[in-house]
Amino acid sequence: MTIQQSLNSFRTGPDETGHFGNFGGRFVAETLMPLILDLEKAYAEAKADPAFEAELKSFHTHYVGRPSPLYFAKRLTEHVGGAKIYLKRDELNHTGAHKINNVLGQILLARRMGKTRIIAETGAGQHGVATATACARFGLKCVVYMGAVDVERQKPNVFRMKMLGAEIVPVVSGSKTLKDAMNEALRDWVTNVHDTFYCIGTSAGPHPYPMMVRDFQSIIGKEAREQMLEREGRLPDSLVACIGGGSNAIGLFHPFLDDKSVEIYGVEAAGHGVASGMHAASLNGGKPGVLHGNRTYLLMDGDGQIAEAHSISAGLDYPGIGPEHAWLHDTGRVTYLSTTDNEALDAFQLLSKLEGIIPALEPAHAIARAVEIAAKKPKDHLMIVNLCGRGDKDIFSVAEHLGGMA
Amino acid sequence: MTTRIDTRFAALKKEGRAALVTFYMGGDPDPETSLKVIKALPKAGADLIEIGMAFTDPMADGPTIQAAGLRALSKGITLEKTLHLVREFRKDDNETPIILMGYFNPIFIYGVEKFLADAKSSGVDGLIVVDCPPEEDDELCKPALKAGLNFIRLATPTTDEKRLPKVLQNTSGFVYYVSIAGITGAARPDPQKVAASVARIKAHTTLPVTVGFGVRTAADAAEIAKTADGVVVGSALVEAVRQSLHADGRPTELTMGAVTSIVEDIAKGVRSVKK
Ligand SMILES: Cc1ncc(COP(=O)(O)O)c(C=O)c1O
Repeated sequence: MTIQQSLNSFRTGPDETGHFGNFGGRFVAETLMPLILDLEKAYAEAKADPAFEAELKSFHTHYVGRPSPLYFAKRLTEHVGGAKIYLKRDELNHTGAHKINNVLGQILLARRMGKTRIIAETGAGQHGVATATACARFGLKCVVYMGAVDVERQKPNVFRMKMLGAEIVPVVSGSKTLKDAMNEALRDWVTNVHDTFYCIGTSAGPHPYPMMVRDFQSIIGKEAREQMLEREGRLPDSLVACIGGGSNAIGLFHPFLDDKSVEIYGVEAAGHGVASGMHAASLNGGKPGVLHGNRTYLLMDGDGQIAEAHSISAGLDYPGIGPEHAWLHDTGRVTYLSTTDNEALDAFQLLSKLEGIIPALEPAHAIARAVEIAAKKPKDHLMIVNLCGRGDKDIFSVAEHLGGMA
Repeated sequence: MTTRIDTRFAALKKEGRAALVTFYMGGDPDPETSLKVIKALPKAGADLIEIGMAFTDPMADGPTIQAAGLRALSKGITLEKTLHLVREFRKDDNETPIILMGYFNPIFIYGVEKFLADAKSSGVDGLIVVDCPPEEDDELCKPALKAGLNFIRLATPTTDEKRLPKVLQNTSGFVYYVSIAGITGAARPDPQKVAASVARIKAHTTLPVTVGFGVRTAADAAEIAKTADGVVVGSALVEAVRQSLHADGRPTELTMGAVTSIVEDIAKGVRSVKK
């Protein structure tokens, strides 16, 4: 009997100690342990409080612009000549990505907990922008840690965060990208335990973060489910989303995990190719280890030293993945594929030209595999691709990669 | 089970003074030099030695120890080679307790059971693994105790009265009180607050309580030695070594002296307090 057959539900995790199968947990320094327990308690209370949900819903409607449309990509579908491709348009959210869904949840929680200073790590800068935005809205102090390499390649977002009143700390330790930003944010949190709330930007980190971020992002899948039922009178046949830490993907996937008829695909960043060793595909090219508070698949050497990830997309450039994805991978419920830098650049251009939608480089990774899968499916196959961010932040770096062409 | 750690603390208690615990990064600035440094520590006045297991992503460490780990890694240190340092040290010192300190991932990848067996046979006495709180005791703490190693837990300013028993439950050897909420090598501890915290911990345990994070000078050490059973010095040592290096990271003729002089100085501070 496979693990998959033995499970009644894929939606009940994590257990009370924060584990999804063998993954997850709370591997943090003692200084942070009491804070994480406090957070777990505060989140459980908020979750049970209808007023919390009402407040979040009101912000979704009037501030973020939810629900985001489920858009039938007619020309892309015709171009591919297979499945009907729908795009879940979270790129239309205020601040331009799915990140705000999670941030609003966490910031409302931080307020309930009486925290006055918010810290965040960011890669592409989308989570940083979303956090800076919510902090501006609620008058909270905001400090964003960002790898020095990412500060350079995501300049528009650095400027946006500054406009919004956030303090940006370029991180020059280690590989100077997302994992190092997360290390620095954790060091800040250890130091400023009394007033500070750490707003993690993806479904990773110690319990309860992976669960909490997933819950806040699940609005994507809940809406998509209703919208598809309304449009087509039935569930989709497949879902496709890109994976950095995995928050947009788990947000889309989670409400569908127990619908056995739905094929689910996560797409990691293959950089120069998984075989090259220069990639960010932790499931396809890594193995289980412990980093940033949880056990999950990681890129590392034979001695357990964490390797640098490589991706054209700053938002996917992380050597780990959320623990729930590690578990969904091992159970076989979700299939994890990967997309190279060049394939993502092609998909970036394809969607721009066919649909008039410039995607962020992150979901361009999902588009690349979606197009390939859709081509092999019949015309009545319904596919949803999570278009989790828009490409404004990427136009300068894409122009550089495309040389004169852009 | 009695380890070298238990024996050493019992002896110091008789002597009527606190212990000086020195932290040094294994493999910094290169494996041979680090072995020389570690071998020189007891004579300079170290009573217990913590050897850092280098890790790329040390989330509780400040820039000084982060950099030391990266220097060591760039010169090829591995967990296997760190254990080798201990075996070499043990060739002419079978008394000074050795504690390995670091993060869980390299141990997890080495294999927990194999690591514990190899550590024990290499002459390691205890472990401090920063990212293994009591909530994850099944992972490493309990297997370590079973393998005959001490598992030394960190208690911190955020560990309140209610949580303290949980932190102390499977702790052995000694308790390491982290004197500040923060990373290594950052803020200086407030001696009065530290004294109160040590007293609070002692009300819950008969284990020796040592205090570390932010201790730099003989005066700091003396102040803390009044209340604690041991004083831990790390970043100050590592920094002294770094300052002695060539620009390209190679040791100079000043390197050994830089370590021994600071340890001798701080040891004087610790030993000036009679209890
Ligand atoms: C638009 C966009 N998509 C995806 C990601 C990757 O994160 P996650 O896997 O958590 O959705 C990011 C991260 O910065 C992003 O900005």
